[in-house]
Amino acid sequence: MDILQILLNGIVLGSLYACIAIGFSLVWGVLNIINMLHGSFIILGGYLTFFAWQYSGMNPVVILPIIAIILFGLGYGLQYFFINKVVMAPVLTTLTLTFGLDMILYNLMTVLFTATPRRVTLDLGTLSVGDLYLPIDRLLGMGLALLLTAILFLVMRASKIGRAIVAVRMDRQAATLMGIRVNHVYAITFGIGALMAGAAGAIFSMVFPITTNLTGTFLGKAFVICVIGGLGSVPGALIGGIALGMIESIAGYTIGPQNATTVGFVLMLILLVVRPTGIAGVKGYE
Amino acid sequence: MTEILRLENVGKQFGGIHAVNNVSFSLEEGEIIGLIGPNGAGKTTLVNLITGVHPLSSGKVIFAGEDVSRQQAFQAARRGLARTFQIVQPFPKMTVLENVAAGAMFGGGSTSVQEAMVLAREELEFVGLAHVADTAASSLALPNRKRLELAKSLAMRPKVLLLDEVNAGLNATEIDGALDLIRKIAARGVTILIIEHLMKVVLSISQRILVLHHGELIAQGDPRTVIEDPQVVEAYLGSKFAARVKAESHHA
Amino acid sequence: MKQLLCFGAFALWVAMIAATPLLADNYTIRIAISVSMFSVMAVSWNFIGGFTGYPSFSTAAFFGIGCYAGAIAQRNGVPLVLAWMFATILVAVFAALLGAIILRLKGHYFAIGSIAIVELTRLITSSWGSLTGGGDGLNVPLLQGNPQEVAGLVLYVMLGILVLAFVTSVYVDRSRLGFGLKCISQNEDAANMVGVNTTAFKIVAYTLSAVFCGAVGAVYASWVGYIDPTDSFSILLTLKVPVMVLLGGAGTLLGPILGTGVFILLEEIFWANFLEWNRAILGGIIVFLIFFLPNGLLKIQYLQLYAAVSRKLSIGSSKSGAGS
Repeated sequence: MDILQILLNGIVLGSLYACIAIGFSLVWGVLNIINMLHGSFIILGGYLTFFAWQYSGMNPVVILPIIAIILFGLGYGLQYFFINKVVMAPVLTTLTLTFGLDMILYNLMTVLFTATPRRVTLDLGTLSVGDLYLPIDRLLGMGLALLLTAILFLVMRASKIGRAIVAVRMDRQAATLMGIRVNHVYAITFGIGALMAGAAGAIFSMVFPITTNLTGTFLGKAFVICVIGGLGSVPGALIGGIALGMIESIAGYTIGPQNATTVGFVLMLILLVVRPTGIAGVKGYE
Repeated sequence: MTEILRLENVGKQFGGIHAVNNVSFSLEEGEIIGLIGPNGAGKTTLVNLITGVHPLSSGKVIFAGEDVSRQQAFQAARRGLARTFQIVQPFPKMTVLENVAAGAMFGGGSTSVQEAMVLAREELEFVGLAHVADTAASSLALPNRKRLELAKSLAMRPKVLLLDEVNAGLNATEIDGALDLIRKIAARGVTILIIEHLMKVVLSISQRILVLHHGELIAQGDPRTVIEDPQVVEAYLGSKFAARVKAESHHA
Repeated sequence: MKQLLCFGAFALWVAMIAATPLLADNYTIRIAISVSMFSVMAVSWNFIGGFTGYPSFSTAAFFGIGCYAGAIAQRNGVPLVLAWMFATILVAVFAALLGAIILRLKGHYFAIGSIAIVELTRLITSSWGSLTGGGDGLNVPLLQGNPQEVAGLVLYVMLGILVLAFVTSVYVDRSRLGFGLKCISQNEDAANMVGVNTTAFKIVAYTLSAVFCGAVGAVYASWVGYIDPTDSFSILLTLKVPVMVLLGGAGTLLGPILGTGVFILLEEIFWANFLEWNRAILGGIIVFLIFFLPNGLLKIQYLQLYAAVSRKLSIGSSKSGAGS
């Protein structure tokens, strides 16, 4: 295969990966929580998009924001009513709690949706330039993923809530003194995390078949990307996502697709030990 | 007197910044030495270098004739180089007795838990905390936490004890108590390096004084000589204070 | 006195489990095996997660490597018991080497790293087809004897490992090692300062948390006769074991055993009655545990609870008495 084609595939995949990981990274970076629900949020977003598309026939690009808002509400509620109660507890507690919540959500999904792989088929054809081939649905997915990433970046940078999140992350106590409702901000943060996951799931459902069996896979990708890119920053997650997409694409071609994921995990472990702040090395949230 | 600890051209850089630069001095067995200097002079960093918390960037630390420049913190503790922290570091959920026993067990080389407990009780007597031996360390008020820290260090059977601001946050009466205790420790033959902000305290207890400024040792020697050193006055004391101390010492 | 009570309770529990082949049906024996096996893993996890306070989630990696090492050794002609021992030793060495690397991490990073180990071992096992059979799994030579005898044998071996693990944990709890681990869990820097070789202590704790898991993994593989990567390196297992310990009481001697017993009992009830919702109910138990039993069953002040409840009841009855 052509090297350009491999890189192109890597970038497309990487943009989707970035979208998967951003919400996870935000929640980890701001709330200090490893959110085991993240994979299920993604799949939930994907399934809801599929069923909404199937029953209403609306364009999935229109459905996506609705799904994202639903996921935001779910995330906000979970954080506000449950996770906030133990948000300062050690990682063992918070991780276990989100895992318990995930078991419930996962079970609900398998019962309601079954594990059948679902995919929104758009039949947009394939774009070819010279030797390069790219299915247009993937191109669309990449565009949407990058757009969402850019929007989140702007929200974090410029909006009032974005600044409040940054303030809470930097100094919870000072933020409280300044009149920021920390619990509300935490819930919004977690909501945004879920929103991004849901949106990523919606995008994925237009590009690949999704099934509940993939929750763990997506969660694993989020781990790897966060460690590669560093925590809690939008550019970090973008860099990490694209890096992982490239690595998997190249590894898939050179040593076989069945080993591509393994390479990601190995790299992650090495980075964890050698450079836990990630390649981008950003510690603070910007 | 024999030399117990010697620093040779010790330096430490954090990302290009010289936190400690080319510091050399030595401690004689049994003496009490004061280490003073303005905030950020590198006093705590120096203690961290001596006890293996940070690796040295340059120079050597010689302890009891042995080059210990590359030791780790736990090795320093076992060798007999104990220290206290500016911000006290108890094991919060353990009892006061267990805290001290931890010092006896790992730093002091007790072979069994029972032996460590016995030793710990002696040290608690010594610092005057025997009555709270079985309460949780986290429930102690600050002065007693400082005493606990001392007892824990003493249980490690130290040859040299580095005291980092043991008096910070204490009132005048409590400081007097603490100084008595430090003298009692010195009487046991433990060499003491004390970091201290209050000049009066340093002057009253130290046999020699080291002055650190911007990571460099700018003066060392007899307390009276050091505080009259123009460089020390300039860098740290301020001329007013120097004059006052001088006046007081004349009256005395 | 308290210690005696602890040992007595443990001995009684072991005796009860050991009696199942004489008294109960195959289904109950299977549960007894499962209880013993998970108890071993819970007691093991307690070394690193309970005593040392490190949020380790690598149990399934140790268990899975134990499964595969035992199975592969047997398939290559190693006698049964030797194969089990080989698996145990291999897992111990693996954990010691791995520990030297990942125990530099703390908190969230350690948690993520330890979960990643499970994923990584699973992926490697899946793709190393020539050795492990890949995703198709591996048949393990069956144990000799009729099903009843096999189940009995497996149960007693598992119980033997449990006794060994428990005795080790009692020893560690009383020894210098345990003291040092508790220091590390409360303040690692301070532990280092009083002379605890924290690196070495943590590696020992991590290895102890692995070695018995490797052993039960190998025995499990022989029992079920077939293993595959998803089943052996299961994320569910790696998270379930800490939950069992938390349920009983982390850092205590009996907590892991009590927690495992209660957890598996609940799990069996839910499996039998709400098959479809089994996972959600377990999730619900975890959520309940985190909010209402954060210190586990052993650390509840039962006397106070009893006093409070009886006070409530007596108020309730006197009220109803007044009403009638």
